[in-house]
Amino acid sequence: MEQLVIIGNGMAGVACLENILSHKHRFDITIFGDETHANYNRIMLSSVLAGEREADEITINGMDWYQKNGIGLRLGTRVIDVNTTLRTLTGEDGSVTRYDKLIFATGSSAFIPPMDGIYRRNVFTFRSMDDTNGMLRIAGPGKRAVIIGGGLLGLEAARGLQVRGCDVTVIHLVDTLMNNQLDSTAGDYVKEKMEAIGIKVLGGRRTKGLLGRDEVEAVELSDGERIPADLVVIAAGIRANSDLASRAGIQCNRGIIVNDYMETSDPRVFAVGECTEHRGETFGLVAPLFDQGKVLAATITGNRGPTFEGWAPAAKLKVMGVEVFSAGEFLETPGADVVRYEDPGSGVYKKLLVRNNRLAGCILVGDTTDSNRYMDWLRTGADLEVRRRNLLFPEPVTDKGSSIAEIPDNETVCGCMGVTKGRIIQVIHEKGICTMAQLKECTRASTGCGSCAGTCEGLLKAVAPDFVEEGKKVLCKCVPFSQDNLREIIFTQKLKSVQDVLEIYGDGIGCEICKPALSYLVDVVWCGDHEEDRSARFINDRVHANIQNDGTFSVIPRMRGGVTTPDELRKIADAADKYKVRTVKVTGSQRIDLLGVKKSDLPGIWADLGMPSGQGYAKGVRMVKTCVGTEFCRFGVQDAMTTGIELEKRLENLYTPHKTKLGVTGCPRNCAEVTVKDIGLVGQEGSWQVVVGGAAGKHVRKADLLITVETTDEAIEAALLFFQYYRENGNYLERTYDFVERFGIEKIRKETVYAQPKEKRILLRRLQKAKALSKDAWLDRENPTPTQFVQIQTIQSIMDTQVEATIQ
Amino acid sequence: MSAETTNWIRVTREENIPAREGRSVQIRDREIAIFNLGDRFAAIDAACPHRGGPLCDGIVTGNRAPSLDCGPVVGHAVVCPLHGWKVDLQTGDVLKPDVSVRVDTYDVRVSDDGVVEVAVPVAAQRSKKAA
Repeated sequence: MEQLVIIGNGMAGVACLENILSHKHRFDITIFGDETHANYNRIMLSSVLAGEREADEITINGMDWYQKNGIGLRLGTRVIDVNTTLRTLTGEDGSVTRYDKLIFATGSSAFIPPMDGIYRRNVFTFRSMDDTNGMLRIAGPGKRAVIIGGGLLGLEAARGLQVRGCDVTVIHLVDTLMNNQLDSTAGDYVKEKMEAIGIKVLGGRRTKGLLGRDEVEAVELSDGERIPADLVVIAAGIRANSDLASRAGIQCNRGIIVNDYMETSDPRVFAVGECTEHRGETFGLVAPLFDQGKVLAATITGNRGPTFEGWAPAAKLKVMGVEVFSAGEFLETPGADVVRYEDPGSGVYKKLLVRNNRLAGCILVGDTTDSNRYMDWLRTGADLEVRRRNLLFPEPVTDKGSSIAEIPDNETVCGCMGVTKGRIIQVIHEKGICTMAQLKECTRASTGCGSCAGTCEGLLKAVAPDFVEEGKKVLCKCVPFSQDNLREIIFTQKLKSVQDVLEIYGDGIGCEICKPALSYLVDVVWCGDHEEDRSARFINDRVHANIQNDGTFSVIPRMRGGVTTPDELRKIADAADKYKVRTVKVTGSQRIDLLGVKKSDLPGIWADLGMPSGQGYAKGVRMVKTCVGTEFCRFGVQDAMTTGIELEKRLENLYTPHKTKLGVTGCPRNCAEVTVKDIGLVGQEGSWQVVVGGAAGKHVRKADLLITVETTDEAIEAALLFFQYYRENGNYLERTYDFVERFGIEKIRKETVYAQPKEKRILLRRLQKAKALSKDAWLDRENPTPTQFVQIQTIQSIMDTQVEATIQ
Repeated sequence: MSAETTNWIRVTREENIPAREGRSVQIRDREIAIFNLGDRFAAIDAACPHRGGPLCDGIVTGNRAPSLDCGPVVGHAVVCPLHGWKVDLQTGDVLKPDVSVRVDTYDVRVSDDGVVEVAVPVAAQRSKKAA
């Protein structure tokens, strides 16, 4: 069998290999990788840095994939020599491997500009998983990070480190950020946005060197200024890795030169990916590399025919809140018409360069929704004459699905994973897919950078017969509006009770689905200043206890943070005796449940307990689970009990869309299991991680990192911001884990912890108002509504009728 | 219960049963759930025919055209808090799930002095239990 060897285990090489395997041509395949990791999604490293994904989540092909396909994998082995005459290559371990065909997929590496002291510790480039892990070991609140280079990668690194709590400064050689993709106006907009999210930007400054002893301590600029640094990232550009090929006598320039069939100057040697130079261009983005891989797979398996025609250079910044897209030409040159739109107030800048009615390039800042349309115009050379009046804005839409319908079937929707529109439609039909999660699982579309999620969802909506967009679902037949709509109706029409909503917008009566939902909505819209209507609530919320299968109730007093006292325990024991409680059980939420209490005994047992309601029956705040923390634990680094009790006090008695469980743990050992709670605080040395959307119910879901902060006050504030945001935006009966997935953690961060101070204050004020109007539900014992807890006794003695009956 | 002889039992002042809620009352061997539907009252057996759940604690809902569960509201029903069985408050028929089971219903009226009165059969034993 022919020996095929691939040097490079990155995205381009392995994607090409996947295509080769699909051609059914028999090769004996060996792949060399100098990293020790299996193939992973390199473009998502910035998401790993920002804590949006875990390292293991960005693996594309695990070890089992190589085994299954019989591929010999040589990880951690750098190839040091290639001999094209003997057709062998030598690894740094001394091994010699023969090849019949050889593919260079050696990628690129960071360009290190000449400067002093770069070999100090805590100086990184940003190319690999090891780089990312290295940065993560040092990054944290209070740490000062300096990024050298204000290009795409530098800005993504800056944001990632800032999310980790670092104070970040970006140093850029020229005034314009991303000057390889943006004009100076666009650069200014980006700078403003970066500064608005708290990243310092020093433009037009040259770095002279790095100072420090072993570890880096400061960055020195050529004008003498010194910027203190605990961590430095060099992101000054990339260089194709073509040295090895060049030494082997293969023609190279800035990269390994390939023709349209991806062949090099040696007939048995091919190249793919960032190491190549094609028609004078090198590449730094993934989409053209997948295209190259397909072409090379055809060429090398004896199907030579398809050609790679090159791609207009394009770049998209993956920094949440700073949307930037650039493609093709971006500087104004004679002969090109400039079509421009600017709105400094909302930070939107769009510029198109049009030559001979064809798009030559574009820049989008602040709004990149049209990037696919422009990319398509660029690639196809579409004639824009008839579209000239609508270049910057979508053409008037007559049919909702038309923009999706306009995409040709063979067009790639997901550039990262190379999935076409036709393929997506085929899979939707074949497998009866109706959710985004299923679509991702079956096609891999939208699992790369995620920027095509909107298009994928649009396709799903247009094609899948059963697709229902979350949040747009009508509540029920009685009030045929979505919950978002209802919130607006309740607020604008000043409706203060469930019955008002039902009478004006519904059928006047309602049902068991809409009445509890509306009860929640009027409560949250008016921050508790509404007319409470018990009849619209489930029995549990009418009598503040959880109904059991025999019609009795369970009673769970509040035990904040799972901390109690001997006095409380005595009262619980006495009450359990007095009311003949059938079972006393410790719950999974660090509380005590008294089971089998009669409805008529509820007010009495509450009074005897003298403890507030634990809301164990409500769609509301259940508890804050804690570990012992610094108070006793040898390993504790934060005071989990005090913090948990404080958090519980700040939130108790409030309703939420579904039950909300919280947790606070005093160190990353996570004894309070907070990463599977709706809201969790993870104590670390000198900081807290606030995590949200965890679950350990029907599904198990690890919570997402919301933010890392230094102080306990900041951690509690972040938890409160998320809590109120969930209250105001979650659908009734939607747990946080569904809510976080529906909204996306980026959007949630942007509108909570990274919102403008004014917006945060407004959110917190509404929470405070609701909290002030809330009360311990068990105080209802003092002033019950008529016959709330007791059975009715007839006025008329029924003895006489009984006698009458007996006589008959 | 048309053929049976009934007695009107004076049960409670109408304000003791809040609007759109139910309450139960024990009359001889019967536990009866009485509902305040705003403009009138309705009464049925209090125990859900499924697992004996307390129907008086259920949420009162609209009752739509039979079988289709859509169309205009034609009456009221109650949903058992235990497993969601839905019982028609006029006929006593179980509407959800689709089973042919019913509970007894009782005539209700409000006296001139504001007391809810329920018509209870005079027979000592309930026909259903005797069978």
